[in-house]
Amino acid sequence: MLALFLRDARLGVRAGGGALTGVLFFLAVIATIPFGVGPDLNLLGRIGPAILWIGALLASLLGLDRLFQADREDGSLDLLILAESRHMLPLTVFVKCLAHWTASVLPLVIAAPFFGLLMNMEPAGIGAAALTLLVGTPAITFIGAVGAAVTVVLPRGGLLISVLVLPLVIPVLIFGVSASYAAVAEPDPFLPPFLILAALTLFLAVIGPVAAALALRYAAD
Amino acid sequence: MINDGERMRLIAENLSGERGGETIFSGFGFDLAEGESLMVTGPNGAGKSTLLRVIAGLLPMAQGAVRLDGGGEEWPTVASACHYVGHQNAMKTALTVAENLRFWQDFSGSPHLAVGEALEMVGLDGLGHLPFGTLSTGQRRRAAIGRLLVSYRPVWLLDEPTAGLDKASEAQFAALMQAHLEDGGIIIAATHLPLGLRGAKALEMGRPGNV
Repeated sequence: MLALFLRDARLGVRAGGGALTGVLFFLAVIATIPFGVGPDLNLLGRIGPAILWIGALLASLLGLDRLFQADREDGSLDLLILAESRHMLPLTVFVKCLAHWTASVLPLVIAAPFFGLLMNMEPAGIGAAALTLLVGTPAITFIGAVGAAVTVVLPRGGLLISVLVLPLVIPVLIFGVSASYAAVAEPDPFLPPFLILAALTLFLAVIGPVAAALALRYAAD
Repeated sequence: MINDGERMRLIAENLSGERGGETIFSGFGFDLAEGESLMVTGPNGAGKSTLLRVIAGLLPMAQGAVRLDGGGEEWPTVASACHYVGHQNAMKTALTVAENLRFWQDFSGSPHLAVGEALEMVGLDGLGHLPFGTLSTGQRRRAAIGRLLVSYRPVWLLDEPTAGLDKASEAQFAALMQAHLEDGGIIIAATHLPLGLRGAKALEMGRPGNV
């Protein structure tokens, strides 16, 4: 299992991986917002956490279509499924999700504080946004894995994944943004939405891989 | 291999396979003991690949059953005892040949030969440090064959294993298969070309039959 994690993380970082693409897309989203919204620094600071979250959400959807498709195209997926008696398929999917998150989504979380500066956010807000992204983005990957597994047989499944996944990640987005806001807007409590966000991630860490494994099992042909 | 004194047998009965809701073969069966091999031949579209995937459990079987007798605790199911080499090589082009093989060895367990030894056996010694993507078609196929050697499985399911191989590599691969059979292995290969195995059973697809 460690071997699978290392292989996928290595593939994500090496040529052909989407780590840098995601960060650049994230930067493009964040950098265009001030031009669209105008030079109102207070407004930018206020919508900052939401924009960071939406940007990270969209950027983390980018590489998802390759999560299983690359393995399917070169025949590795068959062998991962064949190894089921040794490594439970949901566990294999879980490890692949973790590797994908580490290689493609973690860079987004690391870049988020810098992009927060572009949005004129205050330090506490930036910290809260980065922390909620760190806790919340794995949930996006786990839901995305289900979408990726369902669309694995489709040659151009990328857009379909986004359409399938976006409605499902709305709760993650809502609690992620409200926790980020609560850190700066005084009376709102930070902890409750943050804990719900963490619970969502833990819940989806179980449901996502199991559902994705089922979809993969029956998508084999 | 040792398996509690009982000999391993791979038995298929009355197998039917379908693709896209259409039955493409039915009523196939075979019974292979340790050291026996089965060559599946037949025209394109006869269902050779489908048969192999049904045996591996990658495709649901429309009818019939495949079972492994005498696998003991080490090989409880057919899938757990199988190496499957399909049309694709299951290697990542961005990783080196050695990294690819090491991954499959770690992931599949039951390590058999070391990666360097396996590369030597398939004639790729000295190329382990190259990215898999830079190899030629035949070399890629040989690397995929190397995967059979780095971890041990008693049953080899081979789908056109010699596609892209030159004459010398074919002979080398035939020797590897012979050694696996003498070691008590079982081989089922779908092929158009004779693989040069002594005493192989033959199953011709395109008409129902038993071996």
